[in-house]
Amino acid sequence: MANKVVHLPVLDFGATLRKDNWWIGPAITFVILMGFICYATFRAFENDYYRVGPYLSPFYSPLIPTAGWGIPFLSPAMLILPGPAGFRLTCYYYRKAYYRAFAMDPPACAVGEGGRHDNYNGETKLLIFQNLHRFALYVALGFLVILWHDVYKALWFRDPYGTEASFGVGVGTLVLALNTALLTGYTFSCHSLRHLIGGSVDSYSTAPFGQLRHALWRGVSRLNQNHMFFAWTSLFAVALADLYVRMVSLRVIQDVRIL
Amino acid sequence: MAAHPGSNGSKAKAAKLRVFRGTAAGGDFQNYEVETYPGMVVLDAIHDIQAKQSPDLAVRWNCKAGRCGSCSAEVNGKPRLMCMTRMSAYPEGEPITVTPMRAFPIIKDLVTDVSWNFEMAKKIPPFKPRPRDADGNWRMQQIDIDRIQEFRKCIECFLCQNVCHVVRDHQKKEVFSGPRFLIHLATLDMHPLDTLDRREMVKRDFGVGFCNITKCCTEVCPEHITITDNGIIPLKERIADDHYDPVRWLLRKVAGKPRAHKVPAQPTEAGKTADISGRHRVDGGNGKGELER
Ligand code: SF4
Ligand code: SF4
Ligand code: FES
Repeated sequence: MANKVVHLPVLDFGATLRKDNWWIGPAITFVILMGFICYATFRAFENDYYRVGPYLSPFYSPLIPTAGWGIPFLSPAMLILPGPAGFRLTCYYYRKAYYRAFAMDPPACAVGEGGRHDNYNGETKLLIFQNLHRFALYVALGFLVILWHDVYKALWFRDPYGTEASFGVGVGTLVLALNTALLTGYTFSCHSLRHLIGGSVDSYSTAPFGQLRHALWRGVSRLNQNHMFFAWTSLFAVALADLYVRMVSLRVIQDVRIL
Repeated sequence: MAAHPGSNGSKAKAAKLRVFRGTAAGGDFQNYEVETYPGMVVLDAIHDIQAKQSPDLAVRWNCKAGRCGSCSAEVNGKPRLMCMTRMSAYPEGEPITVTPMRAFPIIKDLVTDVSWNFEMAKKIPPFKPRPRDADGNWRMQQIDIDRIQEFRKCIECFLCQNVCHVVRDHQKKEVFSGPRFLIHLATLDMHPLDTLDRREMVKRDFGVGFCNITKCCTEVCPEHITITDNGIIPLKERIADDHYDPVRWLLRKVAGKPRAHKVPAQPTEAGKTADISGRHRVDGGNGKGELER
């Protein structure tokens, strides 16, 4: 056999013996997250086209009247978005996604990071705030109540004079309901919720309300297995729900009444 | 070609392998060709090379059944058990690269020095159950232990340790135990009978905060243990209870209770088990081992 001499590659950035397209996952993640950030920023500054008929964009809910505050560029969305953004930023699933796609720490499994970094601290120093995810969860749960109330309001259509409201379902109602359902799936599959609801118990058979907490923990655990699915679908859904309201408001598309 | 188990007598195909040969002083890749047969795994190919071409090729293995965790290596750059990796999984004609685990020092060829893992294991205080019930038994129910049974599937192959970038790229071996031992710590911390409070150690000595949840350990585990979601994240949440939850901190202040692990060590007596870090469980006379928090 011929012995071609090759040295094991050092762990330069991106160095790997993997032959699959390991960079595709982080690249797609980067594009989607950047796209979402750009769109959400544009919408937060646009400060318009967020309300049409009974529909309110999730980016602008709850609608805080900032117009009279005298602060230039301040839109209701700017006050609201830090809540859900904080939840996603500290989410255990998204950490994997953006540590790989943005920080490249690591870019992918068994792919070099560019040599040894003695200054790596994980989540012990600068990123220690990630440990506060449970508080972002409380905020996210509050938003769910508000968004389900918006879905309820999207069931009541006013006549052209704005006097009588009658029950109805439009495509917009379904869009808002689907978005809120996916956000509910995302929030209820959260790791912190899983811990708070029963994950902290060591002995379910003897702890107070142990059986109940075990049942709740199992339920959240089942949802938790699909946390990644909910993380992505709810991200798309929230952007699409906002886009739908914007398009109808701009009369680019027309909302269709189903009922 | 001698008949192999699984051989169907069809004409043998050849596979190319690039195998790392060397020691800590340095090494090269060597190219080999082996005849394949249905069902052949990478470890078979390595054995074939050892038997017919390079008798001095060093490789570690024991069970050839994915149970002992000895044959860990990297095949085409991915950490794997060689005995569970079929040759047919790779495109025909293209060389298959076999290298030792990168995170550990090379002894020779495919054999690495994994003793750091055993040193880490020694640092973990062993299971310390509460006293038995009056009838001499310990009681627990399935719902108390179904969570940790998953972790007991671990075969200590150390593939997760090898792929974890905290160990592999950042070499934080002094301050970080690696995923295998974090799930071991989770097994003990979630055990309904265990009395030691390991949470302070998990943070301070075993460095759970260095893990940034990037899940490579879970991706490579041949036992499909959900290391990150079911082991490490729950541990991080338990540490958050003690260290990063201002509400709990405030409640502790109001109630005048110190953080759980700062409870002063209690003398061991019947029904009350002291531990080195102070947190203890109280049996309350019923042998149920309620966790006192
Ligand atoms: S999830 Fe944590 S322990 Fe597992 S490989 Fe990533 S950094 Fe290492
Ligand atoms: S957890 Fe999985 S990958 Fe890690 S040592 Fe155990 S079996 Fe191997
Ligand atoms: S030889 Fe035992 S796991 Fe591969």
